[in-house]
Amino acid sequence: MHETAPLLQATNVTKKYHGEAVVKNISFETNTGQVTAILGPSGSGKSTFLRALALLEPIDGGEIRFEGQLVGQIQKRGRRVNASERQLASHRAAIGMVFQSFNLFPHMSVEQNITLALKVHRRGTTSENRHTADSILQKVGLSGFSTKFPSELSGGQQQRVAIARALALGPKIMLFDEPTSALDPELVREVLKVMESLAEQGMTMIVVTHEVGFAKNVASRAILFDRGEIVEDLPPEQFFSPGNSERTRTFLEHVL
Amino acid sequence: MSFDPSLYFEALFSKSYLKGAVTAITLAVLVQVAAVILGFFLALGRESKNTLVRGLSAAYVWLFRAVPALLILILIWNALPQLLPVMKEAWFSPYIAAFLGLTLLETALMAEIIRSALASIPSGQLLAARALGLKPWSAIWHVQIPQMIRVAIPPTGNQFINMVKMTSLASVISLQELLYTAAQDVSRTFSYAEYYSAAATYYLVLVSLFMVAQSWAERKYSWDSSTSKRLSRVSRGRKETQNA
Repeated sequence: MHETAPLLQATNVTKKYHGEAVVKNISFETNTGQVTAILGPSGSGKSTFLRALALLEPIDGGEIRFEGQLVGQIQKRGRRVNASERQLASHRAAIGMVFQSFNLFPHMSVEQNITLALKVHRRGTTSENRHTADSILQKVGLSGFSTKFPSELSGGQQQRVAIARALALGPKIMLFDEPTSALDPELVREVLKVMESLAEQGMTMIVVTHEVGFAKNVASRAILFDRGEIVEDLPPEQFFSPGNSERTRTFLEHVL
Repeated sequence: MSFDPSLYFEALFSKSYLKGAVTAITLAVLVQVAAVILGFFLALGRESKNTLVRGLSAAYVWLFRAVPALLILILIWNALPQLLPVMKEAWFSPYIAAFLGLTLLETALMAEIIRSALASIPSGQLLAARALGLKPWSAIWHVQIPQMIRVAIPPTGNQFINMVKMTSLASVISLQELLYTAAQDVSRTFSYAEYYSAAATYYLVLVSLFMVAQSWAERKYSWDSSTSKRLSRVSRGRKETQNA
């Protein structure tokens, strides 16, 4: 039955803050290997939607399914209620999340940052996990950094470690929340390169970003968010073509 | 003016002052350890989603921040046995009374330190831990507590130094710590300067030793690869000496 189920599927998802909907009735699905770029003005609800997909924000309406399975909510006495933090923990392990401000653990070395999740999920022995960390670090171009601490790294290096940390559990999908927005311009490139190579290796990705270049060249799908709704959802070549909608043109004029 | 050095040194190296010092330091350590653990849960209680838990925790902190330590000790040692007959029995010693009283008080103060240390951790840390699928207690243990400790070390060190000195208050409930020991000698001989100086010397040494330990702990929590290497080399060196 789940053969044909999308990898990640959101149906009529609504999220409210103080009674006001910041994500309005959004339906969205993505399949293995797809790279989705989500663009939109700040405050349009795109980051909130991404956090809802990462199961970090309880939703106020709709449902999210991962490989056909309901996640984030459970069936209780015939009613659907938000899952507890304990129940959510196992659902989240299959979803990698990268934050704008890296959020590396400052008291842990690079290696400890990467292996923490493996340790608490009891995935391997200490030496196996060390090898996992080394091979992931190589993927993000940071071999030999395992004993460094976050405070000793540049912003670009920190974000690459954060990507490595999110990859450690072998997630089936990676979510990026404005991964380059907190970086100095000259450090943006090294992070985008790592994301590009992940995309080339077939990783399913959803990237909230202001990097139009990335959306154009790497993404297979570009979405425009505005006031909590998806207002455009096209392949990049159409999204960025002159024939796109008025709304998209206005937005692109602002950011380009 | 007369200061008899022989009296001073005799007191300094006597068994009774050493015993007094051991009583003071063990009491201070036990109280501090208990207060850190209880204060941690009290701090969580103050941030609880449950209104009752939050209210009770706030009331506790309010009460024990307001009442002077000396008064708490006297209440526990003299008033409590009048209310609870079980405390008239022999097990209820000045040491236990002092431990109870000082722990009640210190827990309230540690809860405030720990609460502010927890609040100083950026919210993204917990978010990242949750995103990695850490369960709530796992996130507290692996991510929040280590970062909390670093922020809490300096104020907790202060509290501990205060606690070492505060044990002297227990002399009023006849706990034979340093001040009580010195006061007994004084009341026998009226040699105030010699005996009280001997007690003061002990406090000076105890606090100095602790300050060394504190600066070591602060370095251990500096979170960079050079310190972590240096410290692991130190402990490895120690192991090798032990093995030799």
